[in-house]
Amino acid sequence: MSNKIRVATTSLAGCFGCHMSFLDIDERIVELIEHIEFDRSPLTDIKHCSNTCDIGLIEGGLCNAENVHVLKEFRENCKIVIAVGACAINGGVPAMRNHFTLTECLEEAYLNGVGVDNPMIPNDVEIPLLLNKVHPIHEVVHVDYYLPGCPPPADAFMKVLTDLLEGKEPSLPKDILHYD
Amino acid sequence: MKPHHGLNTHTNLISNENSDHLYNNHLLHRLHDIQQQLHHIPKQSITDLAEELKLPVSQIEAAIDFYAFFHRSARGRFDIMFSNCTSCGDMTMMQYLCDQLSVMPGETRADGAVSISDASCIGMCDQGPALLINGRTITQLSNQRLDLIAEYIQDSTPLEQWPVEWFEVHDNVRKNGLLLSAPFEPGSGLLAAIKQGAESMLASIDDSGLRGRGGAGFSTGMKWKFCREAVGDAHYVVCNADEGEPGTFKDRILLTSHAHSVFEGMTICGYLIGAQKGYLYLRAEYRYMLPVLQAVLTNRQESNLLGTKILAQQDFNFDIEIIIGAGAYICGEESSLIESMEQKRGVPRVRPPFPVTCGYLGQPTVVNNVETLAAAAHIAVHGSDWFNAHGSDKSAGSKILSISGDCLNPGAYEYAFGVSIQQILDDCGAEDVQAIQVSGPSGTLIGPDEFERKLGFEDLATGGSFMIFGKDCDLLKVIQNFAHFFAHESCGFCTPCRVGTTLLRNGLDKICKGCGTQYDVDEMRRMAALVKRRSHCGLGQTAPNPILDALERFPELFNAKLVHSDYEPHFDLDAALEEARQLTKRDDAEAHL
Repeated sequence: MSNKIRVATTSLAGCFGCHMSFLDIDERIVELIEHIEFDRSPLTDIKHCSNTCDIGLIEGGLCNAENVHVLKEFRENCKIVIAVGACAINGGVPAMRNHFTLTECLEEAYLNGVGVDNPMIPNDVEIPLLLNKVHPIHEVVHVDYYLPGCPPPADAFMKVLTDLLEGKEPSLPKDILHYD
Repeated sequence: MKPHHGLNTHTNLISNENSDHLYNNHLLHRLHDIQQQLHHIPKQSITDLAEELKLPVSQIEAAIDFYAFFHRSARGRFDIMFSNCTSCGDMTMMQYLCDQLSVMPGETRADGAVSISDASCIGMCDQGPALLINGRTITQLSNQRLDLIAEYIQDSTPLEQWPVEWFEVHDNVRKNGLLLSAPFEPGSGLLAAIKQGAESMLASIDDSGLRGRGGAGFSTGMKWKFCREAVGDAHYVVCNADEGEPGTFKDRILLTSHAHSVFEGMTICGYLIGAQKGYLYLRAEYRYMLPVLQAVLTNRQESNLLGTKILAQQDFNFDIEIIIGAGAYICGEESSLIESMEQKRGVPRVRPPFPVTCGYLGQPTVVNNVETLAAAAHIAVHGSDWFNAHGSDKSAGSKILSISGDCLNPGAYEYAFGVSIQQILDDCGAEDVQAIQVSGPSGTLIGPDEFERKLGFEDLATGGSFMIFGKDCDLLKVIQNFAHFFAHESCGFCTPCRVGTTLLRNGLDKICKGCGTQYDVDEMRRMAALVKRRSHCGLGQTAPNPILDALERFPELFNAKLVHSDYEPHFDLDAALEEARQLTKRDDAEAHL
């Protein structure tokens, strides 16, 4: 094992926009990769966290049982868990369904919606069951830091990671937090 | 001390609708009338009202959504609100009546006959449990009384035919002090002011050391002086009778049985600051007082104590109007109250400028508590020495306390400032006391080792609420009740308060449910500090007090409830899958968490 900082990432109920924004650090990733090594992540396609991860970046909130399992795996294996982006922090766009019951949502999508063929609510055991409401991740595990934004800008990812690499408390200057 | 029952009893079974000129065309009054007639405010009424009152539709809609007593969807023909206050509320009784009438709390029964919900403290803490039905107060509830209420509702018996004694509100004055025992001859204070001259009378008020009785304790003399000196097209006097702090009911007594001294205090203030108009902003829960107050105002007009050329003074004109609120605790804050007077949502203004220079309609305005104005009237008659001979150095005079909770004789007690908590407990017959909430949820929670502390601005400041919790009381539930109160009453204007009070409420709910960890306690402490420091107005700045006080003085309450793990989810994960299990008829291992 190298002594690089191990970073795991995942997207739960998110759109991968935060990951895309992370990749907007562009060529800076070359230097970053000198100091970090990606563990479980859509970028590596590693399926499970090794138990020595330092940082877990979590995009998206919790909308189904699988999200909960993944989140718990991250919490158990990462020293630091960071909620990345609006959905992980507040539920975001997926949480708009919280204004309706799950029954209403599924009936609209699979039974009563326009153009539905062969109406039935999917019940294959391969499909993770939906939670009745979408939740931000800090309602299920302890979150160490929050990286806000929809998505957080690449500079914000860089700032948080470099702060942590330098052994500092991550802190975002106002110009990175200010969106209008 | 031998407690005695207050002699003055008033029933509030009166017609709400009143065309009297003292009941003006204010938006809140109009909305109240529509709500009573149609059980909600329909869209058409909003547009009609907007046209008639020349107000934007958005402003009327905002008001409807802001004030607890207005609804966009239909409430029942009998619309009941149970107080949820720890002193004058009883949520088990609400559930009991809901069961009797087959209606869910917060909902309207399908036949439109009845709706039942809860409301913040309705000021009947000495004679609860209590409820409001179509805006009228019923006190001293019991299950037997609720059975009868259920019958009357099932039979659609109009309120006018319900037993009159149910609507009685007693004064329950248990201990008379400086103000409550002093006789008051209407006009005597005004005569003294005129005789003495405005400048000199203002100096008297200042010398008396009178400080605001709402709790903040700003010097009354100074406030009046600032307002008198402020330049404006008109000056206004506002009496803040939006007594909303849970556990407070002393203004109820002053307004019912000492209204002359309150109105005279307003009139004297008008004379001193050069105002021609005064307003009494009355909380909606006290609407039943309207006829009594109007009668006093009419009487004062007939006696030339209000109106034009008062007491034959050529240029002394002053009149008083009553504005009735619509269920919003925040309107007790003076700048929100002024917003509400201006027919808007009760959202606090940025201060400065303070109302003394820029208040009602942007003009110099004095806003004083009911008790302050009554005290000022007495000071005008008896002089400043009479007043500051009582009390302590920094807290002159007396304070009327509203005592409720676990004691033999709840009611109003008037003490000179400087009285010890223990003395008060002895007088009201409270034994085995676990804790006292002094000055309401926004005040201070103290335990037995602080009962030698004294009431006064230099030690325990108070707006008058004094809630006693005996040793058998679940104090954490009380704190939880207060957290719910603040989350409900936050006006929503600033984020620290709007979001923070809700997070504090959620945190306490989690702990009370037995799912909280030390982490949740630490988070709550952090959040409490943030809400206190960053909120826009006094509501948010004081909302975390009960939690912080309880954490400091009664940490064992929390510890006893905590789960000893690093972290517990905020909700039951497996239960959150139940709806999906039902829909998919799955029960395999993957269908559980």
